[in-house]
Amino acid sequence: MDTIAQNRDTRLDRFHQASWNEPVIYELSKPGERGVLVPQLPSETAAAAGEFGELPSGMVRAQAPDLPEIGQPQLARHYNHLSQENLGVDSNIDIGQGTCTMKYSPKVNDRLASCPKLADMHPYQPDCTAQGILEIIWRLGGLFKEISGLDHFSIQPGGGAHGILAMASVVRAYWADKGESDRDTIVTTFFSHPADAACPIVKGYKAIVLPPDAEGLPDLEAFKAALKTGRIAAIFMTNPEDTGIFNRRIAEFTRLAHEAGALCCYDQANANGLLGITRAAEADFDMSFFNLHKTFSSPHGCGGPAVGLVACRSALRAYMPAPLVEHDEKRGYYLDFDLPKSCGKVKSFWGVAPVAVRAYAWIMSLGADGLKTASETAILNNAYCMKKILAIPGASICFPEHQPRVEQARYSWEGLKKDTGFGTADVQRRIADFGTHYWSSHEPWVIPEPFTIEPSESYSKADLDAYCAVLAQIACECREQPELIKGAPHNSTVHHISHDYFDDPAKWALSWRNYRQKYDGYFQPKKK
Amino acid sequence: MPFAVGILVNPVAGMGGSVGLKGSDGAETLRCARERGAVPHAAEKMARALAAALPGADARFLTAGGPMGEEVLTACGLPYKAVYSPAGETTGEDTVRAVRAMRDSGAELIVFAGGDGTARDVCAALGDEEMPVLGVPAGVKIHSAVYAVTPERAGQLLSRIVLGEARETAEAEVMDIDEDAFRAGRVSARLYGYLRVPLDRTRMQNRKSGGSSSDARDVSAIGTWLAHEMKPGRLYLIGAGTTTRAVMEALGLRGTLLGVDAVKDGRLIAADCTERDLLRLIEPGNTSAVLSVIGGQGHILGRGSQQFSPAVLRALGPKNLIVAAAPAKLDALFPSPLRVDTGDPQLDAELCGYIPVVTGWAASRMARVER
Repeated sequence: MDTIAQNRDTRLDRFHQASWNEPVIYELSKPGERGVLVPQLPSETAAAAGEFGELPSGMVRAQAPDLPEIGQPQLARHYNHLSQENLGVDSNIDIGQGTCTMKYSPKVNDRLASCPKLADMHPYQPDCTAQGILEIIWRLGGLFKEISGLDHFSIQPGGGAHGILAMASVVRAYWADKGESDRDTIVTTFFSHPADAACPIVKGYKAIVLPPDAEGLPDLEAFKAALKTGRIAAIFMTNPEDTGIFNRRIAEFTRLAHEAGALCCYDQANANGLLGITRAAEADFDMSFFNLHKTFSSPHGCGGPAVGLVACRSALRAYMPAPLVEHDEKRGYYLDFDLPKSCGKVKSFWGVAPVAVRAYAWIMSLGADGLKTASETAILNNAYCMKKILAIPGASICFPEHQPRVEQARYSWEGLKKDTGFGTADVQRRIADFGTHYWSSHEPWVIPEPFTIEPSESYSKADLDAYCAVLAQIACECREQPELIKGAPHNSTVHHISHDYFDDPAKWALSWRNYRQKYDGYFQPKKK
Repeated sequence: MPFAVGILVNPVAGMGGSVGLKGSDGAETLRCARERGAVPHAAEKMARALAAALPGADARFLTAGGPMGEEVLTACGLPYKAVYSPAGETTGEDTVRAVRAMRDSGAELIVFAGGDGTARDVCAALGDEEMPVLGVPAGVKIHSAVYAVTPERAGQLLSRIVLGEARETAEAEVMDIDEDAFRAGRVSARLYGYLRVPLDRTRMQNRKSGGSSSDARDVSAIGTWLAHEMKPGRLYLIGAGTTTRAVMEALGLRGTLLGVDAVKDGRLIAADCTERDLLRLIEPGNTSAVLSVIGGQGHILGRGSQQFSPAVLRALGPKNLIVAAAPAKLDALFPSPLRVDTGDPQLDAELCGYIPVVTGWAASRMARVER
C-alpha cells in the first residue's frame, strides 16, 4: 500500500492475495501421521514405576479424539498458507475498521509480555511470589485514576462487552444491597455499542434505547420520557458515539440520571480521542470501562484474550468483581478477596496479564503529554480523512448538520447507490482487491449504505492518502466499470459468495464437525 | 436451472392519478379516466425496473400475454414464456389468474407493477402461500409496504435476488383505502392482508456480530417477551398484524391476523372483536392493548385497526397501550416518527410524544409519536 501512495496511478490494482486452494486440515489428515513423536518412558524407569508409570484407567480415553493427523512440515505449511490468506493490522493500512481503534502495537511490548518471567507464571502462585505483575497491575490502576478520574479498578473482564457485563453486574449488586432490586430498567443510545443494551439484558434488565435527534445527538426529550417509563437502575452510554459525534450535553444526561437515582456507566471501549482531553469523572459517571486492546495498543487478538478494564468511584468499590489488586506497606501487593458485597467473579483468575503489561508499557512509553498527543493526532487524522472522503462523489457523512467529529466518522454511500446501484457491500467486496478492507456498521441500520473510518494516530499522511485514494478509485469504478465491481473481489483469496449460507442457520457451519452434520458434500445442504 | 421470475403488469394501474381521480379501481372509474385522456404508465415503470436490473442476471421470465407483461418483455428484448392470456379488457380477476398460472409454472418470485388494488389482487391469489413478490410502484395509491421505493430500486433488488444475495423475506402489509371515500375527501385505509417480500438489506450490510438479524426471529422474540410480561388477571387486547400475532403464537393461541383478540390469563376470551365487543370487555385500569406499527407509514392507530376507536382508546387510557415493532421495521421508518390518526384530533394530541416501542426480548426503543 505504501508503494500505491507513491505511484498510485499505475500500482493500485497490482495486489493479489495468496489463494492456496488447500483442503481444510481434516481433509489433509492421514491416519498414523504425527507432528511430534512423544518419547516413551525408558523400560527400566517404567519397570521401577510400575502402575504409577501409567495413567489411571479412569483418565484414559476409550476412543482417541477426532483430531487431524499430520506431519510437522505439512502443519507448518498449512499455518503459513492460512496466514497469507489473512488480513491484519500488520499487513494493511487498517483504518477501515471504524469503532475498533486499530493501531500499531509496538513489538517491544510483545517482548516484555512474552518474557519467561511473566509468561511462565501460574495464577495460583502465592501473592508474595507474584509481586512484579501485581505491582504492574496496581500501577496500571494508578494510571487509569488519572485517565478516568475514578478511584478503583479491575482488569478481570476479558473484553469490551465483558466490561459492560461487569458494570451491569456491579449495578445489580449495588441495587440489591440498597434494597432497590425493583430498579429493573437501563437506558442506552442508538449509537452506543449494541452490547450496552445486550449485556444488561443478560443480567436480567430491560433496556430502552434512545434515538438520535436531527443533529445526531442522543435525543434529550426522549431521554426525559424514558426516565419516566419505570424504575431506572443505570444508564450505559458511549461518548463519542459510533458516528464520531461527541454528546456535548452529556453532563445534562448524567445529572438527569442521578436525579432519577440511576447509576451512570460509561462505555469507553474506544477512548482514543479523549486521552488527556476529558474524563469520565468530570462528566459525572460513576463507572467506566476501557478496552486495553483498543486505545491502549494491545492487539485485539482476533476476539481475545483481551481486557475490558473496569473503573469505579469509591462508593462502588464494595460491589466490584473480586479480588481487587491492593497494596500496603506490610503485605506489599496482594489480591484483596475481602469484598462481601462483591458482584462476584466475572471471569476465572485475575485478568489477562500480558495485555495489562502491554498497555502499561505503552502508557509509560508515551507519558501524560504523549497520550494527549496520541489523541490529538487521531482527531487530526480523522479530520483529514473526512475532508478527503467527502470530496469523493457519492460519499456523504451521516448527520451533516453536526460536522465536528472526534476520532472516527460514519459515512454513507447513499449518493453512489442512487447514481450507480452500487452500495457499501459492493465497495466492501471490491476493496479486498487492494489488499485492505473496511467495515460498514452494526445495528441499528438507519444510516443508508454506511461505512465507518477511524484513522488512529498510528497512520501517516501517506497512509491516509493511499487508503482514501482506494475509496475514490472504487467509487469511480462503480460509475465507469460496473462489471468490475459486480464480480469483485477478483484478487482475493475468496471471490463473491452467496449470502444464503450466512443467513440460514441450517446452512452455516462454524466447525468441521458442524459442517459434516449439515452437509453431505460441498454446498449440498442436507436439510432446509 | 435459472431462477424463474414471474413478470406481471397491471396495464391500467395508475391511470386515474394523472387525471385527478385518486385511484383506478373499477370499470366505471377507468372509463372516466380514459375519457379524461389518461394513458397507461405501468408498463413503462416495469421497463425501468427491468433496465435497472444489471445485465447478466441469470433469470428466466414467465409472464402473462399482451399488456400484462408480454409486451414489455418483448420491448426489453428479454426472452419469456407466456403462461396466461387475458381475454379483452383486463380486470383484477386477470391478475389473480395470471399470478396463479405463474406460480403453477414454477415461478420463484413474482414482480408486479401496479398499485394497492393490484397488491390486493396478488394477495387474494396467493393467500397464505410463501411465494415472495416484489412490487414496482405504478399505481395512484401506494400504501402497501410491498413496493420498492422506485422502479429502479425494484430492478436492483431483483438482480440481487437472482444472484442469490437477497433471498431472505419478510411479511409486509397490503393496505388499501376505500377509493369512494378517498374521492370524497376522507382517508380510510384498511389492512387487507400480507404478502411475502424480499428483505432489502441495503441498510444492514455487515456481519460483524457473526449472526444476522432476521425479521422472523425478532418478531418471535417480541411475542415471547410480551407473553412473558403478561400479568395474571389482566385483560390484553391483541391488535391486528403479524407482530402482534407472534404474541398469540407465544401463548399457543390461534389469533385473528386482521382483527383484535382478547386474552386473559393465557386464555382466549374473545376473537375478532368489534368496537362494541371491546367497549363491553374493557375493565378500566385493568386492560392493556398490544399494537403494532404499519410498515412504511408508521401508523400505530388509525390504519389497520379501526376497532380501536376513540371511545375504546379513551376507555383504555393512553398509558395502557403497548406498542411493538421489529427493529428492521423501525429502521426503515427512520427518522420519520410514528403516527396516530384516530379521527379524534384531541385524542391524537394526547397520544403524541415519546413512547417506548418493544423491539425484542426485554428491549425497547423510544419513538416519537406525531399526528
